[in-house]
Amino acid sequence: MGISDQKVAGPPDTLTTYALGSCVCICLYDRLRRIGGLAHILLPEAFGDVSGKNVYKFADTAIEELVRGMIKQGCAHLHLTAKIAGGANMFVSEGKSIGDRNIETVTQELQRLKIRIVAQDIGANYGRTAVFNTQDGSLTVKTLGRGNKVI
Amino acid sequence: MGNYLNLNEYQLSALSEIGNIGAGNAAAALADFMADTIMMSVPELQIIDVNSMANILGGPENEMVGILVTMNCDVRGMLLFLLEKEFVCLLLNVLLSKDINEFADISEMDLSVIMEIGNVLAGSYVSAIATMTDLDIRLSTPQVAIDMVGAILNYPAAYFGVMDDNLLFIEENFLSEENTIRSHLLIMPEPDSLSLIFESLGMSL
Repeated sequence: MGISDQKVAGPPDTLTTYALGSCVCICLYDRLRRIGGLAHILLPEAFGDVSGKNVYKFADTAIEELVRGMIKQGCAHLHLTAKIAGGANMFVSEGKSIGDRNIETVTQELQRLKIRIVAQDIGANYGRTAVFNTQDGSLTVKTLGRGNKVI
Repeated sequence: MGNYLNLNEYQLSALSEIGNIGAGNAAAALADFMADTIMMSVPELQIIDVNSMANILGGPENEMVGILVTMNCDVRGMLLFLLEKEFVCLLLNVLLSKDINEFADISEMDLSVIMEIGNVLAGSYVSAIATMTDLDIRLSTPQVAIDMVGAILNYPAAYFGVMDDNLLFIEENFLSEENTIRSHLLIMPEPDSLSLIFESLGMSL
């Protein structure tokens, strides 16, 4: 899955998105239905009129869309939990970095939608590949030279 | 304005010309460094979305060196050099008489040399733009990231993502006596600055 994309799937599928830098991937999981959804966002906010824009690109439009997609597949909003990864600062930037702003908006948005973040691997200054297993809801985060971890 | 895909043929060839002159300057500067003849192929200009960009650079997880330089003053935006491992190792080995084959062997000192190379390369391209347009362009000190190319590309993608899903980039081959090494350069002026460049060249948008 590329940038500004999202998908919902069930076992035995895994959802993989490569090389997150400042981008953030949001993995939602319904443990009872065993359905997972992954959204890969590029920017925090769509700002104003979203018509003609790719809603999957922005944290403040993509997560709600992902929740809608999962409910359509039979998930219950109440059962959804979230794991997030990414939001790194690959380069130092003036002011608040895009990675930090992405994390902030994703966290706020999940809070607004009353979805708990159960695990995260965020920030720092390195790239991450995320592999989301819909069988058990585990999220494997791979890096170059910094090892892999399962959250 | 606000979309690279709206550029016409003349504007694209003007950008290619900037790439040509910049590349010529860069090759000359590198030859000074390397005391070796470095030749270059004609640079190729491409406008491409960020997902495809990562794919043609060996896939999003391909480990590359990214050198980022930001442009300020009349022209605002950024330059991002994406260098293959072989190229960086070759540069370091020749310049510092080392024998580096892996990124893991690169030291802090080596990194600062890479930054300096970035400085020189960026100066080569920017002076090409400045000479052709008579605009004032200042460069920031370079920053280096050695990581997955997809992750490095997030930076310009996010910076320009508000305006456009596409990136403008120049690819060229550096040829030394023994090696052919591809180098990639993303030249990303902000839309307003791009308009200004064309205006200065007498081709308004």
